[in-house]
Amino acid sequence: MIEACGLSKAYGDTIAVDGLDFRVEPGLVTGFLGPNGAGKSTTMRMILGLDRPTSGSVTVGGSGYRGKVWPLREVGALLDARAVHPGRSGHNHLHSLAAANGIARRRVDEVLEQVGLTAVARRRVGGYSLGMAQRLGIAAALLGDPGVLLLDEPVNGLDPDGILWIRTLMRSLAAEGRTVLVSSHLMSEMALTAHHLLVIGRGRLLADTSLADLIARHSADRVEVRSPDAVRLAAVLRAHGGEVTGAVDGTLTVAGLGSARIGELAAGHGWVLHQLRDLTASLEEAYFRLTQDAVSYRAAVAA
Amino acid sequence: MTATGLPRLRAVAGAEWIKFRSVRSVPAVLLATTLVLLLGAGLVSAGFRSGWSTMTAAERAAFDPTYTSLRGIDLAQLLVGALGVQTMAGEYAAGQIRTTFAATPQRGLVLAGKALVLGSVVWGLSTAACLTAFLLGQSLLGSPARHAGLGDPGVSRAVAGGGLYLLLVGLLGLALGALLRRTAAALAALFGLLLVLPLVVGMLPGAAGDRIAVYLPAAAGSQLWTVARGADHALGPWQGGGVFLLYVAAGAAAALVVLRRRDA
Repeated sequence: MIEACGLSKAYGDTIAVDGLDFRVEPGLVTGFLGPNGAGKSTTMRMILGLDRPTSGSVTVGGSGYRGKVWPLREVGALLDARAVHPGRSGHNHLHSLAAANGIARRRVDEVLEQVGLTAVARRRVGGYSLGMAQRLGIAAALLGDPGVLLLDEPVNGLDPDGILWIRTLMRSLAAEGRTVLVSSHLMSEMALTAHHLLVIGRGRLLADTSLADLIARHSADRVEVRSPDAVRLAAVLRAHGGEVTGAVDGTLTVAGLGSARIGELAAGHGWVLHQLRDLTASLEEAYFRLTQDAVSYRAAVAA
Repeated sequence: MTATGLPRLRAVAGAEWIKFRSVRSVPAVLLATTLVLLLGAGLVSAGFRSGWSTMTAAERAAFDPTYTSLRGIDLAQLLVGALGVQTMAGEYAAGQIRTTFAATPQRGLVLAGKALVLGSVVWGLSTAACLTAFLLGQSLLGSPARHAGLGDPGVSRAVAGGGLYLLLVGLLGLALGALLRRTAAALAALFGLLLVLPLVVGMLPGAAGDRIAVYLPAAAGSQLWTVARGADHALGPWQGGGVFLLYVAAGAAAALVVLRRRDA
């Protein structure tokens, strides 16, 4: 479990992280979501004891990271995949990390196998593609078989196969009871991976919620119906208090009536429905609404 | 140190050893250091041998055959110092330092581990190379020039002192690399301390410059590998070595404080 309490970080006058309070629970993939520059990486660096909070604190498994004797056995992290000495082989990189934390040497070969880098393990990291470097970073995070995993933008640079692989991996790590915190600025990715979301913008916590809740809260509560009898159906739905738009191409958008009620009404008249579905706001929309005011660096749009 | 301190240090030193030996530039620099020490001994000693007949009696009296055969240290110190700088600053260049500190949040231990690995390798290699350089130099000096034997007063101390001096230069480079983080800045600082500072102090008027000069890092440290006493105010070998050690200790202490406080 990761617990932040009033966590803040200022670099000079710039406030990167502003009074974050959150708990990241084990057994779930928690998505750490925010636009670029929102303070995600700074927060992760503070969790790992790399940056010192200006105020507040953050603990992993009940204690501060810098007090941990063998930290890689408790916490595995992927911060920046390129943060590896380019002149060293992937194998030696992992071997040195294992040695620093008293981790059995066979784990090096195991995690290399797990991330699919065995074939290039003896090559210099400087020659790795971004995707390979990313896999090496994930191997380093898994090395100590830790109960807590922090992954900063892990799908960065991975091909579709790799993305699917990391998604499945994160889910299975959480299913094993581990705490998994994964940051991303990509909503669509989080929609497929995360169970729980921490949304931040400008260093502040905007939402701490389950994925389903976030979507539900921002769902537009409308139903789309497609039927060859759209025109007659529209009249009936209006008569029952529905707000109906469309009908030109046989597709109606209905507000004020649930999909169950619409289905019943159509069946009552013996009309065929080709489609009946709830229109929920996508996570993308919900996220956009949440972070709208909080985007620090919005691209100027030429008029 | 806590109960976990020693196994922790052993683990960190083990990790640093793996890192140290797995970068290609390291063996190249170590080989170059050895070559420079041997070549220096060969060239300088041969030079004195052929020029011996033209030297005055006073020059012959002041001649230090041990120091002469170890003159490669003047160049070797730059290589060893750069190796020390690179051991720390090289980690900052790529961002590797964050991985290192995430694996070992006890940053003082990281510095200690690096010092242990770098120190043992540099010390062992330099001591062996200095001994070889000494033997080579003496055989070249031969007669007619005056030459020294390991049993002569102060000679074995000076040969061992060469290894100690290079060890301390390497550690000084390591401390500067940790303090300044950038290779170029740390190298400039190191070379400034060892090479430029004496020139600046040498420009001071009168005896003040001479008095200060002997306390400068390279002048004090070089007493470790000198048999003859040079300047009037020159420190003794262990005094000089002690002064140089103080510089290195001050650098290491500053590095420790800064490493702990700074964001990685």
